[in-house]
Amino acid sequence: MAATDTLETLLRAAFPDASELAVEDRTGGGDHFQVTLASDRFDGLPLVQQHRLVYDALSEPLADGSIHELRIKTRGSAT
Amino acid sequence: MSELRDQIQQIISTEPVAVFMKGTPQLIMCGNSDRALRALADAGAPVTAVDVLPDPQIRQELSALSGWPTIPQVFIKGELVGGADIVEELHASGELRQRLDEALGAERGADVKTAVLA
Repeated sequence: MAATDTLETLLRAAFPDASELAVEDRTGGGDHFQVTLASDRFDGLPLVQQHRLVYDALSEPLADGSIHELRIKTRGSAT
Repeated sequence: MSELRDQIQQIISTEPVAVFMKGTPQLIMCGNSDRALRALADAGAPVTAVDVLPDPQIRQELSALSGWPTIPQVFIKGELVGGADIVEELHASGELRQRLDEALGAERGADVKTAVLA
């Protein structure tokens, strides 16, 4: 189990420049999350690379099983 | 490299569209696998599905190969497209069909089959 603010802290550390950052607990059970993230680091990157950056930031809770499901919505600064 | 990893690599490299999922297209065991399959079907993709559930080793070896931690994983012509969110997003923008057209031609079949890892 992970708390939304744990994930938010990890994402904020990896994307200090994020223009939008939201972590939502989709089910209230503390293991299904929706991450919404806008950053100019995503500019020009294909979605698969954008999501990889998010996975990298959350590698620990992903690896230890505290995230059961992760939905990701990313966008660059231009869109 | 393990034999299992070789088999997974073989499927990724040779199948036009490979989907590693939870369950099978006949008995889908996860909402995200369902979302990915639906988007692919809507875009007219042929699909070779591999169920990762029978053996935890499958998922482990797959993620070691792809560097992608979650299921489902969708590959077109050996290239990782992404998971359910990406496939849905690409479908909504029309890009999924475009990528399928480019990789497989517009006159492709749309058969759904299942590959089983021994």
